[in-house]
Amino acid sequence: MISSRESGVSKTKTISRRMFILSAAKVIIITGIVGRLFSLQISQGSKYKNLSDKNRLREWKISPQRGIIEDFFGRTIAANDQVFQLHIIPEQVEDFNYLIVRLRNIINFSNEEIKNIYKKKSQQKPWDTLIVSDNLSWKEFSKLNLFLHELSGVKPVLSLARSYPYAKDLVHVLGYVGEASQNDINKYQFIKENHVPGLRVGKTGLEKSLEKDLIGKYGVKRFEVNAFGKRIKELDYAQGKKGKNFITTIDLELQSYAQELLKDKSGSISVMDIYTGDVIVLASSPTFDPNSFIHGIKSEEWKKIKSDALKPLINKSIAGLYSPGSTIKPLVALSALEFDIASTKKKIYCTGDIELYGQKYHCWKDKGHGYMDLKNAIKQSCDIYFYDLARRLGVDRLAITAKKYGLGSEILKDFYFEEKNGIVPDTFWKKRVLGKNWLLGETLITGIGQGYIETTPLQLCLMTAHIANGGFKIKPRIIDDGSISYEQVRFKINEYLLNPDLKFSKEALEDKSVDFLQPMYRNQENIKFVQDAMFVSTNEPRGTSFGSRIDNKKYQFAGKTGTAQVKRITESEREADLKTSEIPYLDRDHALYIAFGPYKDPRYSLSILIEHGGSGSSTAAPLAKKLFKKVIDRHEIREQTRLSRGKLI
Amino acid sequence: MLRERLNTDSSSFFEKVKSIDFVLVFVVLLLGIISSFAMYSTDGGQLLYHTKSHIVRFGIFFMLFLTLSFVNTKIWHAIGYLFYFIILTMLVWALYFGVTASGSQRWIDLYIFNLQPSELMKIAIIISFAKFYHRIQTAEVNSIKNIIQPIVLLILPIFLVVAQPDLGTSILIAGTGVSVMWLSGLNLKYFIYSFLLALVMTPFAISLLKPYQKLRVLTFFDPDRDPLGAGYQIIQSKIAVGSGGLYGKGYLKGTQSYLEFLPEKHTDFIFTLFSEEFGFIGSVTLLILYAILIFRIGMIGFNCRSYFAKLYCFGFSSAIFIYIIINMSMVLGMLPIVGSPLPIMSYGGSSMLSTMIGLSIVMSCRIYKKELIA
Repeated sequence: MISSRESGVSKTKTISRRMFILSAAKVIIITGIVGRLFSLQISQGSKYKNLSDKNRLREWKISPQRGIIEDFFGRTIAANDQVFQLHIIPEQVEDFNYLIVRLRNIINFSNEEIKNIYKKKSQQKPWDTLIVSDNLSWKEFSKLNLFLHELSGVKPVLSLARSYPYAKDLVHVLGYVGEASQNDINKYQFIKENHVPGLRVGKTGLEKSLEKDLIGKYGVKRFEVNAFGKRIKELDYAQGKKGKNFITTIDLELQSYAQELLKDKSGSISVMDIYTGDVIVLASSPTFDPNSFIHGIKSEEWKKIKSDALKPLINKSIAGLYSPGSTIKPLVALSALEFDIASTKKKIYCTGDIELYGQKYHCWKDKGHGYMDLKNAIKQSCDIYFYDLARRLGVDRLAITAKKYGLGSEILKDFYFEEKNGIVPDTFWKKRVLGKNWLLGETLITGIGQGYIETTPLQLCLMTAHIANGGFKIKPRIIDDGSISYEQVRFKINEYLLNPDLKFSKEALEDKSVDFLQPMYRNQENIKFVQDAMFVSTNEPRGTSFGSRIDNKKYQFAGKTGTAQVKRITESEREADLKTSEIPYLDRDHALYIAFGPYKDPRYSLSILIEHGGSGSSTAAPLAKKLFKKVIDRHEIREQTRLSRGKLI
Repeated sequence: MLRERLNTDSSSFFEKVKSIDFVLVFVVLLLGIISSFAMYSTDGGQLLYHTKSHIVRFGIFFMLFLTLSFVNTKIWHAIGYLFYFIILTMLVWALYFGVTASGSQRWIDLYIFNLQPSELMKIAIIISFAKFYHRIQTAEVNSIKNIIQPIVLLILPIFLVVAQPDLGTSILIAGTGVSVMWLSGLNLKYFIYSFLLALVMTPFAISLLKPYQKLRVLTFFDPDRDPLGAGYQIIQSKIAVGSGGLYGKGYLKGTQSYLEFLPEKHTDFIFTLFSEEFGFIGSVTLLILYAILIFRIGMIGFNCRSYFAKLYCFGFSSAIFIYIIINMSMVLGMLPIVGSPLPIMSYGGSSMLSTMIGLSIVMSCRIYKKELIA
């Protein structure tokens, strides 16, 4: 019993000691837990708070609404139309393959489209909206709504998409939009910042150059989501900003009319306000429907457009390069007068051809024009006279004038990235680019707008405008930003014309660029002479475009024809003297025409080019007659619109 | 003879009630209330199934706790081995005829509810060990025979539970058994030896683990290995706790839990939810409540006359401690994920029942603290 009691005491001692050790361990471990809690909740609390927010908050971007583009009269030419779309949120779909099978019964998907859907799906996050179709027909849309209850994860959506109501007439002016490519996103910060799945951005034309302002700002809907990505509640909604609207200087009616004139032809028509530089018509043919690009063009259709020999994708007014032909002659004449190497009185006898530097040069008129003075040479477009004139002028001096008057450089480069420079050759240019010395014979053919010289139709239009406005530098524009008004320009020009001290520009003969609204002439009389020569060319018998004249003073215009050879004419062909229709299409000459009017107080200039159209006088000039009448008829209403808008500003 | 032994207690019922440790009862009640509110939160702020059944269970088992407290400690001592063998039989039964849920065969269908015998084994192991050591002398504790016997008692249920498979509970049973053996005065060197042996055996043991268990261990060491798969629970739990901050997100505002980022939120991860909503202050308060619970149980054992009662109370307080620490370490990302509930807080009838029976024996030790057990 005693031993048992002793044993009991020792047992109690042992257990108490061991319990004490265990308790000490417990205290240490609990301290450890508290330390861990402190570390997670206090030290790293904000980090975990962020992670928790990242878990529960999810943002959905709402496509920004693209700015609208209007013509000069406020008619919408690039609109946002309501479209029916089919969106899928992949993570809400139980069986994606089955869903696609179901959808194929409702909507007509091609195999190519199905492939694209799977490709798109693999590239985005499962909670991001997958735009399966962005332009359903009403029939498909209503059918989809009928079956909606069986299709989880599918959302029929009413959305806005770009549309071009005057599709073909304006595609070269506006360009078109397409789904933003990875390249677009990488290249442009503002696209990157605004990117949402399915975003359409400008691919060419104004849509591309004005992208930064047109794009707007996307909206954001912030939702609280659960672990399965289901939206539990909307927390806030930051409304997006609609893109900026733009008013162009284009007259829709004239533009459509110009396109109509170019129908079944390949060519270009440009019309410009000679004072404000407003581009009123910028037509190019053939054309295509941009609306089919918006929702993804079918590859066959794309191939067809791309491989078309008449190049419908190219805006010929600004990106087509052509020899100016005889339309350069007024400028050659002007240059020669300005540099004082020619007299308007000098006469040359045209026999139809001339031999210079051991080479035979022909006039377009085989029999020759007989005695020609400068005015007559322009009027009847005598090549022999201009060979001589060019020979004496020299290509370098001609180039100075040509560049001043708008050739050889981009005109609307802020608006059209696809615009081309063209070539105004001089001796230095040839040495630099071709590495060869200039030949005198090349000067001669440059004098009649052949050879190396290449211009865009819009450049010719600008050149004509510069001649028509009396030789003042203008800055063409296609967006009416209200920066300068007709009245301001006239006021500025009159300052020069009425102030005898300012009548002569010292810099006219130097190879220097001229500031906006500064005179480019040395002697105003030289400009007047050229204007006059162009007038007689159209309005007097034997003028090359006499047949296309309008006698009514209100419409009367001055012009110059041009016929640009596309290939060298051999002696045998010259002998044969074939009619245009007898020559293979691609060998036919380009027909050109430049004009300004009304002659009494000019306001508009135009240029017309018909590819392989034959001669300027037979093909291009008659179009000018039709167009010019319409341009002048629209003048009144254009002025009213302009003035009322001016008042609003 | 037995009757005489049972009737040695002469104090009146009123005196017995007076001797109840009301602090302990209050802490248990408080934990029950807190757990009910936490459960209400896991149901997304609605009175749904989990909350209702948790409250009902807590109510019933709390009454059971108070009732069983008046059972003389002697009786627990007397039925110690019997209790152990009944539970052991149930474990065998569960292994062959048990109810399977989520890949584990742990439950016995008792018509009214499914019982998880492994939970009760946590108590049975303490009672049987306490009885075993009560009956031997200090000097005999370290004899080979007296070392082998408890080890066999311990290993049998562990194997049965591992086979279910239920790694979490078997670890808890093992931990409980080892801590009681430590308290009995088993020589320190055996613990050191077995610790070293365990260390050597670890690679072998890992090779025996099931693939998903291996994954859990791997995931523990690097949760970002597979953040949406195996590492998901640990990562989300840490985010929930951490984002709670000092004061917590507020009751019913735990975004991690009500947006369902948190797995198993009403069972093993209930502390995570609590911690997210009540922050560091709330978590430490809860920890203090548990500390009081553990301390009071220890104090009761300290004041008992009989060795059986002492060892039981110390053992049970250590067991509760182990449950809490393993659960918290797990949800705080300090241990690999093994299924282990937080006593009283976690949803689960068997766990609650086991804890309440355990507590009632403690309370019985308090009421009958002057009792000497032969």
